[in-house]
Amino acid sequence: MNNATENKPVIVLRDVEKSFGQVKVLHGVSFEVQRGQVTVLIGRSGSGKSTALRCIDRLETVNAGYIEVCGHVVTDPALELRKLRLDVGIVFQSYNLFPHLTIGQNIMLAPRSVKNLPKTETVELARACLEQVGLGDKFDAYPEQLSGGQQQRAAIARSLAMQPKVMLFDEVTSALDPELTGEVLKVIERLAAGGMTMVIVTHEMNFARRIADQLVFMHQGKIWEKGPGAILDAPQTPELQRFAAQEL
Amino acid sequence: MSFDFSPIFDRWPMLLSGALMTMLLATAATALGFVIGTLCAVGRNSSYRAASAICAVYVETIRNTPFLVQIFLIFFGLSTLGFTLGAVTVAILALTINVGAYTGEIMRAGFNSVHSGQWEAAECLGLSRLQTYWHVVLFPAVERVYPSLTSQFILLMLASSITSQISVPELTGNANFIQGVSFRPLETYLVIGVIYFALSVVMRQAFNGIGMLIFPRRRRLGTAL
Ligand SMILES: Nc1ncnc2c1ncn2[C@@H]1O[C@H](COP(=O)(O)OP(=O)(O)OP(=O)(O)O)[C@@H](O)[C@H]1O
Ligand SMILES: [Mg+2]
Repeated sequence: MNNATENKPVIVLRDVEKSFGQVKVLHGVSFEVQRGQVTVLIGRSGSGKSTALRCIDRLETVNAGYIEVCGHVVTDPALELRKLRLDVGIVFQSYNLFPHLTIGQNIMLAPRSVKNLPKTETVELARACLEQVGLGDKFDAYPEQLSGGQQQRAAIARSLAMQPKVMLFDEVTSALDPELTGEVLKVIERLAAGGMTMVIVTHEMNFARRIADQLVFMHQGKIWEKGPGAILDAPQTPELQRFAAQEL
Repeated sequence: MSFDFSPIFDRWPMLLSGALMTMLLATAATALGFVIGTLCAVGRNSSYRAASAICAVYVETIRNTPFLVQIFLIFFGLSTLGFTLGAVTVAILALTINVGAYTGEIMRAGFNSVHSGQWEAAECLGLSRLQTYWHVVLFPAVERVYPSLTSQFILLMLASSITSQISVPELTGNANFIQGVSFRPLETYLVIGVIYFALSVVMRQAFNGIGMLIFPRRRRLGTAL
């Protein structure tokens, strides 16, 4: 790999616009994420954070603008979705584990049927990923037998098993009580320390400030400020000022 | 008024073979109809216009015409086209086509009842649509609509009595014969009514048992199907 590609941002959003019917939700959103960088999207409910995240994984198609992820031009209608999804892992607030499969089967499903890895290899992979999120003993458990925090960590392990280059997290702790939130955040922090490129949407301001290499503040579908965690302490715009005053 | 069941009970081998034929028809058409119905539900939900149109026409045609007419059309249609199939084969074919359409609607409801988050999670993991149906959606969907499927397949077993019209030697067909030679129609149909009832109970129990086997989650939670 030469320097030019190494320094290229892994994720690029340029002037992204998105409407649902008549309602415009994203008004020209632009930001970049470098390799190994953790970007945290913050903002009030309804400000368009989830929509922006979903556009990155082509779960929504944009109306205008340009998105590139790991060299895939997401906004190209001819994009091969499968190739994008191989490079991007995403975890949602509602864990979305498959209830009829054990945790082990949940994790092994995609590596087996999408990557066609042999069974023995996927078993090892699943065990390793479960170790990584501290659930080494839950291989044979069913999702309903796990606490919310454990289910969310299992969902993270399921994404990691595809060995993505980028991880997206959408309010992964919002359904959890504080105690369980901590264990999930710890897993994400370990990933960050391991150099994973991530975009995180969260309402946990202390966590955001701690983990973010780049904070992006959204309000009414626009980005008002972006920069290191310190922007929270010295907001330049009244919007962020008000948000910070409320949340911190 | 006096009842005399002896001419009917004397012909118990006919009743037995009729009941077995009824169960054969029901089992074969249930298995085949489930496959057809599931494929039809996938087709109808598919983004390929042609596939979903074909499935829609099939379902609506079958659901809006009487089974007796369907079976006659298939029976006489096939022979006009030069296919000489046995009555039992035609009966299984007609029952399968019929129950497939109803099963298709039930399975479609089942697929649609699976939370969109499940589809999305599978999509994000890179699974194709068919892989998602197979690995992620099919099982919970069947689990959700299992009671409806059970009722539909029991209805199918009862509807198989209509195949007596093309001389299939199932329970009703054999009963028609017995009442003709015994001149005891009331007793005959009372007896096969009871037999049909028993077959329904057996079938429901079998479905419950199978459900408990294949849906361990239900078993663990102890929820009845
Ligand atoms: N599928 C949809 N159809 C129509 N409107 C939508 C859809 N998804 C989101 N919206 C609207 O888009 C706006 C932004 O939603 P989005 O979910 O991106 O906000 P958010 O910042 O993630 O909020 P929250 O913190 O509550 O999750 C909201 O006004 C929402 O109602
Ligand atoms: Mg959101």
